[in-house]
Amino acid sequence: MELLERFAAGDLEAFEELFREHQKEVYAWIVRIVRDHGIAEDLTVETFWRIYRSRARFEAAGNFRAWARRIATNAALDHLRHSRRETELPEDLASAAVADPAVRRETRGRIKQAFFQLPAKYRLVATLALIEEEPYNHIAEAAGISTALVKVRVFRAVRMLRKKLNSLGVEANVK
Amino acid sequence: MSNEENNKEMKGLLRQAIVPAQDTELRRDLWPQMLRRLEEQPAPVVSVPWFDWVLAAILSVVLVFFPGSMLALLYHL
Repeated sequence: MELLERFAAGDLEAFEELFREHQKEVYAWIVRIVRDHGIAEDLTVETFWRIYRSRARFEAAGNFRAWARRIATNAALDHLRHSRRETELPEDLASAAVADPAVRRETRGRIKQAFFQLPAKYRLVATLALIEEEPYNHIAEAAGISTALVKVRVFRAVRMLRKKLNSLGVEANVK
Repeated sequence: MSNEENNKEMKGLLRQAIVPAQDTELRRDLWPQMLRRLEEQPAPVVSVPWFDWVLAAILSVVLVFFPGSMLALLYHL
């Protein structure tokens, strides 16, 4: 029996094999969204827990990688929804040392503040599209929405950010 | 200004404050953590909602008193 068939049938060894094969990729995807190593590790386990729980619904002929990525995106989105908006970006991933030194610390703080006030679903697409420069079709597939809807959410996220930045006194020359 | 130009502007502004994730490498094997999770929380037993039981009971009663309705039920399933 194939690995995916054994997994769908509830074989723990098959699940372990899939876990070891995909954990790095799932983690790398999640850490780009939540931007914290500890949280990304927990969410990786949460993702595989959801995968294991819903194994009966997985079609053995399907694409496990795409399925795992979609579940990981949902887990990360749930985290963004429930985490406090005031949470600062961890310094290891958003290091001030790497950021543009010409931009004042205060301005960077305001930009982060505006970004963290975005609703979770907009923050998700804004992080992936604007910061990580992930192609729209990849984001759409991972989030389980159409490419057109990703574009709409990016557009709205940019508009919301502009308003927030202007209210915080940061010049954002986008319309 | 077009959407693409807007996005480009905002991208530039955001990336001044929030840099793309540089270190996305997993630092340790998470399988032991996964195993603990599996042991702590066994997969939930599929439960049938109470209203499904009520519906089944009503159907059973109807079929006992009106066996002829079986054909109509099968037709509508």
